[in-house]
Amino acid sequence: MTKAADETAHALPKGPEVTTTQTKTPEQSGGTPKLSSQGGAAGDRIFSGAALTAGIIILVVLCAVAVFLVAQAFPALVAPQDQIASGKGFWQYILPLVVGTVIAAAVALVIATPISIGVALFISHYAPRRVAQILGYVIDLLAAIPSVVFGAWGISFLAPALVPGYNWLASTLGWIPIFSGPASATGKTLLTAAVVLAVMVIPIITSISREIFLQTPKLHEEAALALGATRWEMIRMAVFPFARPGIISAVMLGLGRALGETMAVALVLSSGPLIASLIQSGNQTIAAEIALNFPEASGLSLSTLIAAGLVLFVITLVVNVIARWVISRHKEFSGAN
Amino acid sequence: MTTLTARSPRRSALTRNRLPRFAPWASLAVALIVGAALSTIVGFNAFGWGIFSALAFTFVFVAWSAAVEGSRKAKDKLATCLVVGAFLIALLPLVSVIWTVLVEGTKGLATPGFLGTSMNGVSGIQDNESATAGTRVLGGIYHSLMGTLLITLWATLISVPIGLLTAVYLVEYGNDGRISRAITFFVDVMTGIPSIVAGLFAAAFFATLFGPGTKTGFVAAVALSVLMIPVVVRSSEEMLKIVPNELREASYALGVRKWRTILKIVIPTAISGIASGVTLAIARVIGETAPILVTAGFATKINMNVFADWMSSLPTFIYTQILNPTSPSNPGPSLQRAWGAALVLIICVMILNLIARLVAKFFAPKTGR
Repeated sequence: MTKAADETAHALPKGPEVTTTQTKTPEQSGGTPKLSSQGGAAGDRIFSGAALTAGIIILVVLCAVAVFLVAQAFPALVAPQDQIASGKGFWQYILPLVVGTVIAAAVALVIATPISIGVALFISHYAPRRVAQILGYVIDLLAAIPSVVFGAWGISFLAPALVPGYNWLASTLGWIPIFSGPASATGKTLLTAAVVLAVMVIPIITSISREIFLQTPKLHEEAALALGATRWEMIRMAVFPFARPGIISAVMLGLGRALGETMAVALVLSSGPLIASLIQSGNQTIAAEIALNFPEASGLSLSTLIAAGLVLFVITLVVNVIARWVISRHKEFSGAN
Repeated sequence: MTTLTARSPRRSALTRNRLPRFAPWASLAVALIVGAALSTIVGFNAFGWGIFSALAFTFVFVAWSAAVEGSRKAKDKLATCLVVGAFLIALLPLVSVIWTVLVEGTKGLATPGFLGTSMNGVSGIQDNESATAGTRVLGGIYHSLMGTLLITLWATLISVPIGLLTAVYLVEYGNDGRISRAITFFVDVMTGIPSIVAGLFAAAFFATLFGPGTKTGFVAAVALSVLMIPVVVRSSEEMLKIVPNELREASYALGVRKWRTILKIVIPTAISGIASGVTLAIARVIGETAPILVTAGFATKINMNVFADWMSSLPTFIYTQILNPTSPSNPGPSLQRAWGAALVLIICVMILNLIARLVAKFFAPKTGR
């Protein structure tokens, strides 16, 4: 009995009065509950063990992701460099891909960030409260559409629709290297891919920023309005200073998504070597390179692709960890409010 | 003097420098005319008209406000225009995507046998025939539909127990200790794993265990689980956290063991939220393409066994039909099938989202708050 009581007390995180209530009950009601509580102790152990195991499986899986990627990528990292990617060597092969990935994600963020912040502000501070939630659902629908459908839309609708715009850019702003012509006649360029990526990133940045805008202390907002600020001045004085770390981390999370997105780029971009112009066909991202070449790859080329995946993993990991770190700092800060 | 007394009750000094009520409508009318004129210069279409009108409206309205009300109010008006404009811009792709899929997809979906047949035996010859002679487009998505259902089912079977138990550990047993903080952190990190890296991991894992080139539906299910587990953990954790502590304490006070309290009190109270979170997680992974592409390959035959042979799924079907049409010279039939499959996929995702919202709404626990 003492052992069982000990177990019970151990299992309870709550205060002492709860513990005493429970340890008394079996004594008062006789032998039968004692039996069941013996079985219950085993149940407690099994259940907490299962819960802990599930948690540890997650840690193991994440380690396994790293370990197996490294193990399968290892041949590509140690093989003679002239055997990889038709004699280019691994680093010569991966560097343009990394640059292409970063450019695509950066352009996508340049497009998506102002729009997302605007949408989040519209939902949190401008739209009538009754429709605001519905509008939030509508934007969340964007997140629900599968990436391959966005890719199909990008290749069949968006790319042809953007061609006149690219021609105009090439003729008027062609002196800027990123818009140098001749523009692609199919519209399958890095800029189109970046626009599709931006569309996919908008719901992520919007939903996080919206939550943070809504958390702005009401007192700060009302104080600003009471001092005669217009709505925009109130947002600049009360909402943005409060939400800045949250916006930064939302953008970082969007960056993580844009870096790793595969299908939109694989379908939309007509890939090629690294070039500065965004409106000619060319450039390639890591994820799309893997998806396009994986089905035919074997042996050393397979290892090369997995090594490329490892590089992508490391990049997104760094971006996400920084974003989470910013969020967690913000959490502590806002908890004081 | 008379004019002053007549005006003073309507316009006090506080409201003197204000735009009249009709100002937005007047600006809109001017903007529509200016927009029409500008867009006819470039070449008229409805989209250009809309864009030019929006720009003209912003300019007219803000300039008018600046003239009458001063720069502070004008800046406020400008910000309002930009914020509303951002929302409208964000709606454009959503409407465009859904419209494109509906228009292009209904033709494929309406073809008889589209849902009931596979691509087995359908080759470029048949596609050329239907493109040139106008016969019915053969082939369908039955194999992909079954593949998607089976792979998603297995992914759910793997991720829900692990995800739910982890959430239980974090909320009930973790006590914010070192392990639970590590789990929370790495779950967050897992949320950000690119989907193709999850696919590569599953491929590398099974290649190490069973030899290179192991591509089955189960490998794809493992890849999807890597993406699904963090979503399940996060949503279940949130739901378990909002179960009122009084319920747990009442149960403990009656002498109920902790594990029975969790199974009989905590989880049933939170079950609607957990169910809707799981449904949203399924909706998220059902559309994933890249991990399935590298783990299950793409098949044209019906394969109901997730443990052997390549398997098709709706997203990879769409991808391969667009990128490598069955008949390279006549991609039309392939595109029609791809759009039909896209429509089916979007319908699946939307239904799952709707179910999740309805479950969360109608079976929500009465928390008494």
